[in-house]
Amino acid sequence: MKMIWEFFKGTLVLVFRGSKAYYAWVLGLLLLMAAGAAAYVYQIQAGLIVTAMRDQVSWGFYISNFTFLVGVAAAAVLLVIPAYVYHWKPIKEIAVLGEMLAVSAMVMCLLFVTVDIGRPERFWHLIPKIGILNFPQSLLAWDVVVLNTYLVLNLVIAVFILYNLYHRREPNKSFTTPLILFSIPAAVSIHTVTAFLYNGLGARPFWNASILAPRFLASAFCSGPAFMIMLFQVIRKYTKTEIKDEAIFKVAELIAYSMFLNLFLLGAEVFKEYYSDTIHLAPMKYLFQGLHGHSSLVPYIWTAMIFNVTAFILFLIPKTRENFVTLNIGCVLIFIGVYIEKGMGLVIPGLAPDVLGEIYDYSPTGIEFLVTIGIWATGLFVYTMLLRVAIPILNGDFHVGEDGVTPVIADQMFILQRPESRG
Amino acid sequence: MPDKETREQKVFRLSRRKALKSLAAAAGALALPGKDASASFWESFFQKNFRELRKDELQKILARMEREYSAQYGKPVKVKATPPREGVQYGYALDLSRCIGCRRCVYGCVKENNQSRDPQIHWIRVLQLNKEKGVDLEEAEQYYNPAKVPEPGHFYMPVQCHMCKNPPCTKVCPVQATWTESDGLVVVDYNWCIGCRYCMAACPYGARHFNWKKPGLPAAELNPDTHILGNRPRPVGVVEKCTFCIQRTRENPGRYPACVEACPVGARKFGNLLDPDSEIRYIIENKRVFILKEDLNTQPKFFYFYAT
Ligand code: SF4
Ligand code: SF4
Repeated sequence: MKMIWEFFKGTLVLVFRGSKAYYAWVLGLLLLMAAGAAAYVYQIQAGLIVTAMRDQVSWGFYISNFTFLVGVAAAAVLLVIPAYVYHWKPIKEIAVLGEMLAVSAMVMCLLFVTVDIGRPERFWHLIPKIGILNFPQSLLAWDVVVLNTYLVLNLVIAVFILYNLYHRREPNKSFTTPLILFSIPAAVSIHTVTAFLYNGLGARPFWNASILAPRFLASAFCSGPAFMIMLFQVIRKYTKTEIKDEAIFKVAELIAYSMFLNLFLLGAEVFKEYYSDTIHLAPMKYLFQGLHGHSSLVPYIWTAMIFNVTAFILFLIPKTRENFVTLNIGCVLIFIGVYIEKGMGLVIPGLAPDVLGEIYDYSPTGIEFLVTIGIWATGLFVYTMLLRVAIPILNGDFHVGEDGVTPVIADQMFILQRPESRG
Repeated sequence: MPDKETREQKVFRLSRRKALKSLAAAAGALALPGKDASASFWESFFQKNFRELRKDELQKILARMEREYSAQYGKPVKVKATPPREGVQYGYALDLSRCIGCRRCVYGCVKENNQSRDPQIHWIRVLQLNKEKGVDLEEAEQYYNPAKVPEPGHFYMPVQCHMCKNPPCTKVCPVQATWTESDGLVVVDYNWCIGCRYCMAACPYGARHFNWKKPGLPAAELNPDTHILGNRPRPVGVVEKCTFCIQRTRENPGRYPACVEACPVGARKFGNLLDPDSEIRYIIENKRVFILKEDLNTQPKFFYFYAT
């Protein structure tokens, strides 16, 4: 008990110390979080009327972000597979970084759902036994279960590994390996269940296509790893962690395959709708061409298309894939491309035109943007805090002392300036 | 499980009761400052799902609501919980050859059911369609506004909750805040709904409406004859919908829904589907009847027909 308490105290010391850059970053995030919180308080007081959502388009920006982030969370952990397959050397580090990213993304997902619902104080209605969770009938109930399981699972894995490394012992393989392996189907399941959430609605032809879940997975496999690639570079540049180029390029290769699959599945869907030309074509037309003079989504989806295709080409060609400039451009393009496609590009056409043919052009209000930025800042804050503790542990800069109780903190700065990056 | 069964057997998990009790105790501690003012707040906060209420609990809740609404609106408000009647399945039929698109049903409904006036919430939506194109929802116009209806070349199709026998809306609700009563009415417990709006995404008829804002209902316009699952004043942040005027139709003798009464051309028919002598049965058996979005297998108890 004492040991855990000392460890906990050590982590507290760590998060309060760092270089100027670290303080500036954290402070900036805290400010954004405060702005988001203020906007949310306003939303609570006034009702969801302060968003641009209405009966016709009853889900909007919040649920779009939620959907995208479930993908990021899933993919972060799926990286564990290539890590195993390619015998990526510092496997434990990669796994831990992935699990922690999943934790942060899950926190954001849960926050996005919370800010979206009309009566957040009634969340307890969802708790089995105390409230009534409509399980297994409601896919939303499934989502509640799998998302929370996933969050806990990743948190347990990450904390267990880190706590052991802190004590300078190898984490017990017979405990971590099954859990890590289990986190792979769990990652697939969170994304599948989220896809089914939309998929199961007969009233919404745009979502009611069996290809939806595979499309979700394919696009998640692009956006999540793209984020990880950028993250790895930041981490290895500003901390002592080492991540090999080769490993990053492998991930990029994986993105190329996933993007191919993603574009192919999209093409299959576009073909089906346009060629058969039934009344179900309307949402797709609304998305890609505009319908009855409504075309607010058109520029976005074409931006996404161009970004995704460009990135696909960049990742396909080994030369551009293994050049850090083009690689990073590709990552950014993919992240934005999938963000649009799996966010607003998925949620809004499902709802517009609505079931009675009405088209309501939705575009988020300032409040929605502020709340969203606040939640993204919270996610980054959570991830920063997790990294702040994890990286010194992985580096050996934070570990238990000789006596087995008091923590030793060698790293004070966290974000260090390397000689080569000074000039 | 049919609601009657639950209600009669009082099926109820012990652990749950205990948990609720301790939660209530915790809340009591939280509520320390301003005990009296917040007492009813906590009462409604910890109110159980309608279908799990014991008789005495329900009575208490009805009394509390009547007290609160009466104080808030400055006149006596009645909140009933009339249960479903045996041997009744409500059905609705609408004569498309008669409807002139005047929307009196819409406003009759708003008045009867205490819908929000600001922002406006309408449980009934009337679509203006093109005679040449037939029922093509993509061509539908809800916001038509000519000096005179009907407009030549058009016909009108009012849409409201279809009381589906296979309702996608109740299936998706994560907390069972909405369900089908034994007389076929699909209802919402406004005290249990968390406002996730999943049911709205699932409903193929756009029948569900969300309170994006605290409903603007002037005291003078409040209809004080209310039902707990129907037209009582609604809170912000929850979903509401047509209930076939549960507060009227469940009375003995039952009254017609407000929209049926409001229709100046008699396009709307209502009755008991289980009664072989009812008008609604006659229509279904003898007229050209069609169901909207039949392919979705929602099995509505709302039928469109052409009398002529
Ligand atoms: S019409 Fe819509 S709200 Fe009414 S029962 Fe059917 S699905 Fe539910
Ligand atoms: S909005 Fe309310 S009634 Fe509809 S699914 Fe959500 S909790 Fe259930």
